[in-house]
Amino acid sequence: MFKIIKREDVSDTVKLIEVEAPLIASSAKSGQFVVLRLKEGGERVPLTIADKDKKKGTVTIVFQVVGKSTIELASFKVGDSIKDLLGPLGKATDFAGAKNIVCVAGGVGIAEIYPEVKELHEEGKIVTTIIGARNKALLFFEEELKAVSDAMHVTTDDGSYGRKGFVSDVLKELLEKDKTIDLVVAVGPVIMMKVVSDLTKNYNVRTIVSLNPIMLDATGMCGACRVTVGGKTLFGCVDGPSFDGHQVDFGELIKRLNQFKDEEKNSAEIYKLKCRECRENGH
Amino acid sequence: MAINPKKTDMEKQTPEKRVKNFDEVALGYKEAEALTEAARCLQCKKPLCVDGCPVSINIPAFIKLVAEKKYNEAAKKIKETNSLPAVCGRVCPQEEQCEIKCIVGKKNEPVGIGRLERFVADAERESGNIEKNVVKLPEKKIAKVVIAGSGPAGLTCAGDLAMLGYDVTIYESLHATGGVLRYGIPQFRLPKEILDIEVDYLRKLGVKIIVNVLIGKTITIPELFKQGYAAVFVGAGAGLPSFLGVPGENLSGVYSANEYLTRINLMQAYKFPETDTPVRIGNKVAVVGAGNVAMDAARCSLRLGAKEVYIVYRRSEEEMPARKEEIENAVEEGVKLHILTAPVEVLGDEKTGRVKGMKVIKCKLGEPDASGRRRPVIIPGSEYVMELDTVVSAIGQSPNPLIPQSMPELKIGKWGNIVTDETTGETSVPGVYAGGDIATGAATVIAAMGAGKRAAKSMDAYIKAKLKIN
Repeated sequence: MFKIIKREDVSDTVKLIEVEAPLIASSAKSGQFVVLRLKEGGERVPLTIADKDKKKGTVTIVFQVVGKSTIELASFKVGDSIKDLLGPLGKATDFAGAKNIVCVAGGVGIAEIYPEVKELHEEGKIVTTIIGARNKALLFFEEELKAVSDAMHVTTDDGSYGRKGFVSDVLKELLEKDKTIDLVVAVGPVIMMKVVSDLTKNYNVRTIVSLNPIMLDATGMCGACRVTVGGKTLFGCVDGPSFDGHQVDFGELIKRLNQFKDEEKNSAEIYKLKCRECRENGH
Repeated sequence: MAINPKKTDMEKQTPEKRVKNFDEVALGYKEAEALTEAARCLQCKKPLCVDGCPVSINIPAFIKLVAEKKYNEAAKKIKETNSLPAVCGRVCPQEEQCEIKCIVGKKNEPVGIGRLERFVADAERESGNIEKNVVKLPEKKIAKVVIAGSGPAGLTCAGDLAMLGYDVTIYESLHATGGVLRYGIPQFRLPKEILDIEVDYLRKLGVKIIVNVLIGKTITIPELFKQGYAAVFVGAGAGLPSFLGVPGENLSGVYSANEYLTRINLMQAYKFPETDTPVRIGNKVAVVGAGNVAMDAARCSLRLGAKEVYIVYRRSEEEMPARKEEIENAVEEGVKLHILTAPVEVLGDEKTGRVKGMKVIKCKLGEPDASGRRRPVIIPGSEYVMELDTVVSAIGQSPNPLIPQSMPELKIGKWGNIVTDETTGETSVPGVYAGGDIATGAATVIAAMGAGKRAAKSMDAYIKAKLKIN
C-alpha cells in the first residue's frame, strides 16, 4: 500500500497527489512514469512522475480527471492508500547535447514537463517554456515553471489569459527569431504534440515528444502500447515514453488511443452513477 | 494379471457446458480411478520416468504410496523436489517428459503420472494437510538471496533455497504473483485459487514475496549486492511479444497473446465493467500460431462469446507445438483450424483503424528447416480474405530486456536472452544466476522450474564456497 500524504486541486480537472514510495523516489529520473492500481479489480493506469523527493521518499503525481480510475483517484484523501504502485518505468528523457531548448506543454502535460524543465535549468541550459490551455481556469504551475525557465510564454485559446492563440503560434515566432534553438520538447495532448512536430520539422529542429499510449503491464510484456516510430514498431513503455516527434505515426497513435473509448465511457458512467447513489444514501 | 493397455480416463466438463464457463475443464481423478492408475505402474528398479522429469520427482515412490492409499505421504514425497505439484500436475507436458520414458508406454499407454501428481496434490489440499506438512526450517539463515520474478522458475528456485536454509526474497513486478501461471494460463486450465495456495506454501517456508518491484528499474542488481544479498536469481520471463511482421499489425483489435491473456486472466476483463479493464472480442477471432498459448487465447475467446474462432497456422496439425490434449480440447469446443495458412496483411477500417479482416495465403510443406519441422512454402495466387473482428498474435516472444539493459556487464545472446551455463544457471556475472524463458526463450513451465532448481543448487554451492561453509 502506498499512502497519500498530500493532495491538491490544481484546477477543476487536474489534481495533484504526493505518495510515499521511497524506492521509486530514489531511482526516478525526469520523463519516467509509474503505473498505479487503486484497488482489487482496478485497472493499471500509467501516470508521469511530476516530481520526487528522495529525502522524504515521496513522488508527486499530477493527473487529469478523465476516466473511471482518475475520477476515483480524485476522491482519495490524505491518509488514503493506493493499492499498487510500480516504477519508475520507461527511459529517462535524453536531452544529449542540447543547449537552447524550448519546452512546450498543454493540458496535464504542464505538470509532466515540469521535472524536465527543472533538470535542464539545473544543468545550466537555456530554457524557454511555453504553456497553453483552452482557458485561464485550466492553467496551472505558471509560477513554478517561471522559476526554472529563462523565458516564459502563456497562451489560451480564448484569450482569457496570456496571449490568445495556440502554443504553436508562439513556438513558430521563436523558431523564426532564434536560429540557435536546438531542441524542442513537447508534452501534452497528442494533437498538440503532432502540430508542434509538424512545425519543427520545417525548421529542422530536433523534437522530443512524450507519448501516452494505452498500457497494461508497462514493463514490455504485452505490447498494448506499441507505436510506429520511423516505420518500426516500438513499445511506449520500454522504448519510450519519449520519442523523436518527427518519426512518430501520430495518426495511428490517435486511433489506438480510441480503441476502448466506448468501454471507458461506459465504465466511467456506471461509476459516476454509483457515486451519486452513495451520496444520496448518505455514505 | 495383464496390465490395462489404456490410461485411466479423467473426467472432463462436456464441451457444450465448459465453453460457457471459466471453470476447470479437467476434473481430476477420483480415488478409485487413482488407485486403478497407480496399479499400472511397474515400480521399475531403474525408473526412466525420473530422468524425464526436470525436477527429478521420485515418481515410482510417490505412485507406490498412492497405491497404498498413503496420499499424504505421497504428497510429501513429491514436495521433496517439487514445491508446485498442483500446478505441475495440471500444466506440465508429461507426455514429452516423464510419461514418454515410461516402460509401460513402450507397448501400451504410459502411466498417467501427471494425473496422479494432480490427484495427490489435490488430496493434500482437500484434506487440509498442506499446513501440517510444512517443513520446519532453522531460524538462523545461511545468507540472504533475491529472486527476480515470481513465475515458475523463480518460485521453484525460491522454494529450494528456502529448504536449503536461505533467507529468500522474491521481487515481482506485477501486482500479483505467479508470472505466466497467473497472467498467461487461463482459469479453466489452472484455477488461480490453486496457484494462490501453492504460492502461499512458499510463504509458509519463510519466503518473502514483494510485488510492485521491477528489478532493473525500481532497484538494480548491483544495489541488491550492496544491500548484502549474497546471490541473485533472474527469472524475469519471456516478456517481449513478437508481432506478425505484416502490414496492419498495429490496427486496433490486433493483440499480442500476452496482452489478450493478461487482460482476461490477470485483469479479469471477463468481469468488466465490474472490474476496470476491458477487452474487446467481437464475433470472429483469429489466433495466429498453434502453441499452448494460442490454444489458450482461442479457448478464452469462445468463453467470452465469440461466435467463430480460428487457429491460423502455416504448417500442418502434426507440427503444432501445443500439447495434443489442448488441441483436442480446443477442437472439441469448436475452435476451427486453418492449417497451412499464413497471414499476409491485417485489414482495417480506414477511419477507425479497427480490424475488419485478414488476408491470408495457403501454404504447403517443403523440406525440413533448422527446427526439424517441415518448412511452409507459400502457394502463389492462393490468397483469400477472412472476415474478422479480432486478431491475436501468438507466435512467440523474446526475453524481457529490462534487466540486461540495467546491467551492461551481463552477457546477452543473439535473441536478447541472458547467457547462462545450462547446468548451473550461472551468468557472466558472479553471483547472478538466471533461468527459465529469460535464458532460453519461450519454453514450458516445467523447463523453467527445472532451471530454477538447478540454479538453486549452484547458488547454494557458490554461497557456501564464498562463506567458507563446509
